[in-house]
Amino acid sequence: MDAQRTVLWRVLGVAEGVLETRQLTRVFGRVTAVDHLSFEVGGAEIFGLLGPNGAGKTTTVKMLTTLLAPTSGDATVAGFDVRRQPTAVRRSIGYVPQLISADAQVTGYENLWVFARLYQIPRAEREARIRDALKVMGLANVADELVRSYSGGMIRRLEIAQALMHRPRVLFMDEPTVGLDPVARDAVWDQVELVRRLYGTSIVLTTHYMEEADRLCDRVGILHRGKLVALGAPAALKASLGHAGASLEEVFVQYAGEEVELGGGYRDAGRTRRVAARLE
Amino acid sequence: MSLPASSEPTMTGRRDSVLPSAVVGGVGQVAAIVGYELRKLSHDPSELLLRAVQPALWLIVFGVVFSTIHAIPTGSLSYLQFLTPGILAQSVLFIAIFYGIASIRERELGIVTKFLVSPTPRVILVGGRALAASARGLSQAVIVFLLALALGVDLNLNPLDVLGVLFVVILGSALFASLSMIIASIVRTQERFLGIGQLMTMPLFFASNAIYPISIMPTWLQVFAYGNPLTYLVEALRSLMIPGGSGQFPLWLDLTVLVGVALTFIAIESRLYPRMAM
Repeated sequence: MDAQRTVLWRVLGVAEGVLETRQLTRVFGRVTAVDHLSFEVGGAEIFGLLGPNGAGKTTTVKMLTTLLAPTSGDATVAGFDVRRQPTAVRRSIGYVPQLISADAQVTGYENLWVFARLYQIPRAEREARIRDALKVMGLANVADELVRSYSGGMIRRLEIAQALMHRPRVLFMDEPTVGLDPVARDAVWDQVELVRRLYGTSIVLTTHYMEEADRLCDRVGILHRGKLVALGAPAALKASLGHAGASLEEVFVQYAGEEVELGGGYRDAGRTRRVAARLE
Repeated sequence: MSLPASSEPTMTGRRDSVLPSAVVGGVGQVAAIVGYELRKLSHDPSELLLRAVQPALWLIVFGVVFSTIHAIPTGSLSYLQFLTPGILAQSVLFIAIFYGIASIRERELGIVTKFLVSPTPRVILVGGRALAASARGLSQAVIVFLLALALGVDLNLNPLDVLGVLFVVILGSALFASLSMIIASIVRTQERFLGIGQLMTMPLFFASNAIYPISIMPTWLQVFAYGNPLTYLVEALRSLMIPGGSGQFPLWLDLTVLVGVALTFIAIESRLYPRMAM
């Protein structure tokens, strides 16, 4: 039943074109962070942008979520152009940033309440949507506690709930499990799959964890220095290496042509650790 | 400024009543941002009480001492009467000028990006927060009124004028809070922000008519004082709080300056705020 539903969502999504980038490029000074990137995402698909820190994943997501203007090329999300129709794009997407975006000073309920109002969910439905989002994310019993008291996994699930109340066509998640312990990480993975199954949402996530891409993604795009060096289902990419049991790490080395240096530079490391410290 | 959400195509295609629904929607979004701020304050009201200390010191220590020595020429007014609106304006300034630290904190977390990815027009995000900042300013108005009355200062308690004071406090808070957010969007780190904040408060405060009349200043400082929005905030409060209303300018002029400067700051910050997500 669920499988059929997923297939149906995907067919509908492909027909409508949920997300498409064409030669999308962003230059910072002399650095080309994203270099002529072209890919498509289908309905109810979980698509992973995979690569080490600094590969251009976050820059890509920022352009697709209208936070950053492309230098050249273009992109449509839910049928709207990210440059010319930013408000329409914003209405159609949800976004879970890499950094913590739930507010610790108020309750879980209040974190949802403010976005329910900013997204102009009609008053008659507002309460039901908030309660529903809390229930789906398993937070109903802590809704009225300050987020300060939440665990890292609960915070991430609250952030997903915030991004879902307005039923977006596409959910963007930037490094959704950075800083989480394995148990919390598994829970987030389960919730991501649940979201896709319940609402037919297409999910674009970035990650530098090969295991995450392997477990969650229908297809991955491997980014290396801003360029898309490989694109396909994890199984197909592994098969292309010619030996059974190849890991996505090996796929990455094969396509990027060098060892993966995980951890990025000083700034990335600082950010990642800060997120981890706050999630503790 | 453009009306919220009327310039870009909507998903729903309900075109028949775009303008009124955009205005109603915008008001709802502003209400959401203000309501959110009030909920934050309600979880930690200790800040509001701590804020009472500074105006209390100024009125009880500085005000009382300077009253006794009659060093400052305030015409027919007692010095405490002259000082009370000035101290209210000063409290509003000191609180609002550091409001930008909240946007820097929200940038260091990922909260700013989440607001910017929502379909809320930038001008509403900024204007809403500027209004939200006035909640703290209003608490100061209550404190200063109570302190001044306890000290026996003769204040105008006509209900309409008191409402006018609250309105002017909201306006002044929004003005300095949006200036603060502009600085935050430019410097973007707490250290630099605090440095600039400290650097700005004293000149704004001393080069104004908050604690002495402009007429006793040297000419060069008078020029600065007349270009200082705090002067017009003090002026407006003095017209409304002191019986017989004794501002140097007519009230409408003070209000026009305050509204004009506040709207200009909000418009500038609406352009700068998206930088916080980069």
